[in-house]
Order: sequence, then structure tokens, then C-alpha cells
Amino acid sequence: MTAAHIAFAAFALITVVSAFVVASHRSIVHSAFGLFFTFFGVAGLYLTLGADFVMAAQILIYVGGIMVLLLFGVMLTPSRRSDFVPARFLRALTLGAIVLVGLLWVLKNAHWATQELASPESTIDEIGRQLLTREQYLLPFEVVSVLLLAALIGAAYLARRRKIVD
Amino acid sequence: MYFDYTNVLIFFLVGIGFVGVNMVVGSLLRPSKPNPEKNSAYECGEDPIGPNRVQFDIRFYTVALIFIIFDVEIAFLFPWANSFQEFKAAGLGGLVFFEVLVFVSILFLGLVYLWAKGDLDWVKSTEAQRRAALAHRRAEEAKETAADSAKSESATELDLTVAAEAGHH
Repeated sequence: MTAAHIAFAAFALITVVSAFVVASHRSIVHSAFGLFFTFFGVAGLYLTLGADFVMAAQILIYVGGIMVLLLFGVMLTPSRRSDFVPARFLRALTLGAIVLVGLLWVLKNAHWATQELASPESTIDEIGRQLLTREQYLLPFEVVSVLLLAALIGAAYLARRRKIVD
Repeated sequence: MYFDYTNVLIFFLVGIGFVGVNMVVGSLLRPSKPNPEKNSAYECGEDPIGPNRVQFDIRFYTVALIFIIFDVEIAFLFPWANSFQEFKAAGLGGLVFFEVLVFVSILFLGLVYLWAKGDLDWVKSTEAQRRAALAHRRAEEAKETAADSAKSESATELDLTVAAEAGHH
């Protein structure tokens, strides 16, 4: 049990507990704030798994961006507290149980190719190097910008207030 | 590699601890004399009316959407910023700068598009909204009976929401 294990367990606990709050809370605003901690916990998990750039991206994009979008989404929807519906709960429970069984099956039967990592310094240097070298990922890097442009124009078009009169 | 992030973790824990300790100390020191006046939501001395959650303007959402795209762009610029010195030392500074310039320029086109279309223009879109609302009202007046029923329907819906919220509190 090293410090890394303890950190991983702590972040996993934050993620799972806050995810439970997200799923179970009656008020959608509280759920949204719970999701904030879930994203944060996932960022911690990435870090403890040695993916520091992914962690930074997770915090920057999910905690910083997606959460803001989600909160605005929540505030745009009419206020309504969800009531407890037994039939719906049962359906969710069944689906959840099926997914759990599937995941456990995979966990038990998959061949995990584990390998001792030689403690990488930081992944960001290597990512930067590969992203900007022509023989490696330069073209995908530039294409990402076209993809983002398409997403930007698409989002702006869909979110634009159209005429109220049909 | 964990060593670098131990600092971050300590910073994080001290941050949480600072808030927690201050709240505990505050709750121990301050007198607790709640009354209904104090417990009501503060709205500049007025009695709060209706639900505290109002529907936000859709434009906030549009801005948030646009923000996320540029947020992702920034995430992609991190590795570039981190590796730039290394490339520069290898004599590739100009090339790498040009590469990222292409990346940013393509997204800059998006910004120009948004600007030209008025998605970033708060006042202008308010004006467009006002005109749309005016046109809407004229159309409503043309078919008055349909409009009346729609209005009374929305009115009852609002009353119900208010009643439900009041019941909840």
C-alpha cells in the first residue's frame, strides 16, 4: 500500500460517492453540483494512473467548461423536482444490475496486460513532441482544429434563437 | 512523477482545510439566534415572491457552448507551449510556430463567423429578440381566440409552479 494507492482509493471514493449523489438526489441543481465532484475525482484518477495531461484536460474542459454548460442547461430548464417513481426505479435498477454483471464478467475474464511502468516524468513533453512532428501527429492536430470549427459553427447554429413565429 | 503533484495535493488539502476550519471556528464563535426574517432569502429587503429559480436567457447557453470550443483549443495549446522551447533549440521554432498558427487561424475563422452572425453581440440580439417578440404579438393578435386560450393555459401553469414551490417551502 503506497501513497499512490491511497490517493487512487481516495479519488475513487470521491468519484463513486459524488456519482451516487448525482444519480440519487431529487433536486437537479444538487445533482449538477455533485457532478462537479465526480469530474474532479475522475481527474484525480487520471493523475494517479500517470496521465497528467489527461488530468489537466479533464479539469480544464470538464470541470471548467462542461460543468458551466450543464449548469446553464439546468437553469434553462423549468424548475421541477423529480419524484420517486417505483416503476422507473425498478427499470433503472434492472439495467444497472445488468451493466454491473457485464462489467464484473469483463473484469474477471479479461486478460489484463499489466506491466511495471518505469515511472514516466511527465506525459506532456512527449505529447507536445509527437503532436508537432510532421511524421507523427501533426496532420491529426490540424484536423482537430477543423473538427472544432465544425463543432463551433454547428453549436452556434443550433443554439441560435430562431424566429418565434414559425 | 508523483512528487510534482504532491505539491498540488497539499495545496488542494490546505485549501479545503482552510474553508472547513474557518466554518467550524465561525460556527463555534458566533451566536445562533435564527428567526423567520433572518432565514428568508434576502432580496434587498423585499419579501421574496415566487420560485427562486428563474429561466435563464438562452444566450448564456450559447456563450457557454462557444466557450467550451475555445476551452478545448486551449487544452490543445498546452503541449505546444510546453514543447516550444525544445523545438526552438532544435532550430524548428519558426516551423512549429507556423503549425500552431494554422491551428489557431482555423478556429479564428469560427470566431469571425460568430462575430459576423451576431452571436457574440448581446445588445443586437436583444434588439432582434424584441423585434421577433413584436412580430409574435402581432401574429397573436391576428388569431386572438387561440392566443387567449394559450395565455390562460400558461397562466395556470405558472400559478401551479408557484403553489408547488410555496408548498415545498
